[in-house]
Amino acid sequence: MIRFARAVRGVHHVTALLMLVCLVTAAMLYVPALAEAVGRRHLVRTIHVLAGFGLPVPALLGWASRAFREDVRRLDRFSPDDWRWLRGRDRRATVGGRGIHPVGKFNAGQKLNAAFVAGAILVMLGTGWILAFPHPWPDTFRTGATFVHDWLTLAVFAVILGHLWYALRDPGALSGMFIGRVTPEWAARHHPAWLDETAAAGTRGMAGPDQPDPSSKGNPGRSGELTAPAGNTEEGKDDLSPRRS
Amino acid sequence: MGRRVVLGMVGLGAVGVAVGARVQSGVNRAVGPVGARVSGLIPAAGGFRFYSVVDSVRRVAPADYRLTVGGLVEHPRTFRFADLRALPQTRRTDDFHCVTGWTVPDVAWAGVALPDLLDVVGVRPEARGVRFTSFDGAYTETLTLEQARRRDVIVATSMQGGPVSHEHGGPVRMYVAPMYGYKSIKWLGGIDLVDRVRPGYWETRGYDVDAWIGRSNGYTS
Repeated sequence: MIRFARAVRGVHHVTALLMLVCLVTAAMLYVPALAEAVGRRHLVRTIHVLAGFGLPVPALLGWASRAFREDVRRLDRFSPDDWRWLRGRDRRATVGGRGIHPVGKFNAGQKLNAAFVAGAILVMLGTGWILAFPHPWPDTFRTGATFVHDWLTLAVFAVILGHLWYALRDPGALSGMFIGRVTPEWAARHHPAWLDETAAAGTRGMAGPDQPDPSSKGNPGRSGELTAPAGNTEEGKDDLSPRRS
Repeated sequence: MGRRVVLGMVGLGAVGVAVGARVQSGVNRAVGPVGARVSGLIPAAGGFRFYSVVDSVRRVAPADYRLTVGGLVEHPRTFRFADLRALPQTRRTDDFHCVTGWTVPDVAWAGVALPDLLDVVGVRPEARGVRFTSFDGAYTETLTLEQARRRDVIVATSMQGGPVSHEHGGPVRMYVAPMYGYKSIKWLGGIDLVDRVRPGYWETRGYDVDAWIGRSNGYTS
């Protein structure tokens, strides 16, 4: 079954590549031993700044794709089940090859990761702007921007290492991101609610992807919480979004 | 929710920019100046950051070091490391400010005040500026003659009570106390008196030629 459309994968890959360039050049500018080994500060700095300013571009271009907007909307949406998933020690537990939590297309960790990366890109862009064009800014702001840029770099390193750790241990997830397709078995194990809604949409032909079929839920109490109230409020919020096309 | 995380991070980032200078100076004071071992791993913890504009710089031992002073001077001369140490020594301890925003508090420098060195070679009347070249082969810097006559402009042979290490631009570098760090050229190889000030390495890439701390590169106090 199709997990990620080509546009979504494209946004991911280009963003990942730019992020990798940023992190590698950051290490060359920032870690003393590497800075001494590499030198060429002006060249490394230029590459770093260009890659950094390029970071938001793929997501902005991706906005033209409906599939990408749809995935962003799903990433933005937190349900009570997501909090339960985050708190639970049984996040990965399965019964008969099926995850026990009603995880949709994205689990709560993926949602937090996406939000963190988006926020980090914006903050790095803003502070990087101050560092790259320091003229209009007073010294305290430059020092403050250096402070934020430096410490957030460490956080970004940690989060991306975690992201790679989870992804590289999961061939199914890699297949979803690099080929675009996953097996129903993988979906049942990691994203059972998404599997159900995709199957339901397939049979109904046009059902909204955010209305999971309650009949397919193992736990009716939970699915009730998930669909009715959360869905309504989030829909209302979405209509206020200025970015919505 | 995801949106709240994003907005929260942007808000925190803005707060960080506003108060980061104070927090960072607290971190710097806590970690101490150059000696801190942690700053070798995490520069954010304070201390100097290593900047070089070329791929590698040859190491020069003090015994092999030569400083060529020429141009518009009465007595062009090459100084060995020992010659510099034999001249009257000037000491100065002050915060080191990089234009990109990092600061190292209370760095102790010692060496020959540039006016003392200029007196040794004798400045010809038509000289207007001083041009410094690095033996890294790329970096250059300039000062006006008036700036070069300040007593807090030092040809540094010592830093923090010891030699200037290779990483910090040793065995001899400039220390231009009133200006941002890019004026304090590392791996000093030559000093030439010239008839006009030409922009140095970073200055041809957008930085101010007169790099007064707090009064240049866009900042007015």
